[in-house]
Amino acid sequence: MTGSHATQSQPAPAAQRAAALETALTARGILPPGFVDEFNDHAEEQWVTRNGAQVVARAWTDSAFRERLLKNGKSAVAELGFGMPEHHRHLVVLENTPDIHNLIVCTLCSCTAYTIIGAAPDWYKDLEYRARVVRESRTALKEMGLDLPASTEIRVWDTTADTRYMVLPVQPPATYGWSPEKLADIVTQESMIGTSRLDDVNTPVKG
Amino acid sequence: MDGMHDLGGKQGFGRINYRPEPHDETWEPLVRALSALAVKKKIYNMDEYRHAIERMAPVHYLSAPYYERVLTAAATLCVEKGIVTAEELAALVDGTFPLSKPIGPGRPNAPAQKFLIGETVRVKNEFVSGHVRMPGYIRGKQGVVVAESPPYPFPDAAAHNMQVTEEPTYDVRFRSLELWPDSADESFIHVGVFQSYLEKTG
Repeated sequence: MTGSHATQSQPAPAAQRAAALETALTARGILPPGFVDEFNDHAEEQWVTRNGAQVVARAWTDSAFRERLLKNGKSAVAELGFGMPEHHRHLVVLENTPDIHNLIVCTLCSCTAYTIIGAAPDWYKDLEYRARVVRESRTALKEMGLDLPASTEIRVWDTTADTRYMVLPVQPPATYGWSPEKLADIVTQESMIGTSRLDDVNTPVKG
Repeated sequence: MDGMHDLGGKQGFGRINYRPEPHDETWEPLVRALSALAVKKKIYNMDEYRHAIERMAPVHYLSAPYYERVLTAAATLCVEKGIVTAEELAALVDGTFPLSKPIGPGRPNAPAQKFLIGETVRVKNEFVSGHVRMPGYIRGKQGVVVAESPPYPFPDAAAHNMQVTEEPTYDVRFRSLELWPDSADESFIHVGVFQSYLEKTG
């Protein structure tokens, strides 16, 4: 007996297990036909980084909007037509300055304001990022290509409740006067999570 | 719950894979949609979902990719809620269908208290067997309140099918060098801490 069931006692491939759950929920009449494709199409079309980029571009070009955004993020992004799910009850927007750098993480899982900044990238959900950025913030950022000057204050925000965060990056001076549409083109998801900046602050290489 | 998921500050991990190659796992969007459906149909709530991931067997938690954890939580809760049976799922696959283990119990909110912006507070030195949204690295530590949130459902109760009372959280600022003396990069760490986890320092 021993050994003959070796493969039977191994976990089935994840794809098979996912299909099994789909089959069981369909058999119960819980999973409506077409739901999976509709949900994923909606997620991929609606919950995109471009939303947050438009929010940032508007904040850079409209100081009254910027004030409303910093005071109540959720109602300010709603002005631009962007909704948030029920369990994202509050949006806090963290303003970078030349001397202050904000960084978002979810050490306990993977929370992000995904309807605003887009779905969390793989590295954000990986064990390495979750374990390290709270304790080795400057080192981890440097490894990711953001070498902050020693004088820059780092503020890490661990997403542990129904509050969601996004970083308002510093506008690069070279882009002053650009249209909001053109500005939105330069705003990346990384800059709204805080693993990169759009203004050039990397410590110059000594030598 | 002092499980594998409570990763903040853990040592020994390597470099962050910041520029990963795109991968094509077609079952991942399926899992994402099934879990979203289950939440929409109120089969489980987000706190139950998070706790179901946390109570995966430790080796399974650490070795499973992200969406395998979502799958395991969704399947576990569908079984525990009586929607499907473990035997039915196992019969549909070639091999085992590992599910999360029961761990608890939950607990109700602490008596309401009020904290002020700028006030120094301490995170209670409590050890919670069930679901809790207090990362271990702030347990017993002092910090300063920088913001108050609207009321949210108390996760320690909501994850355990208990009657739920809402309470605010406080964004509390901690100094990294007070969390990990002589053993961290200097920074301020902010955590959204539920009111029940906090106490006055005076």
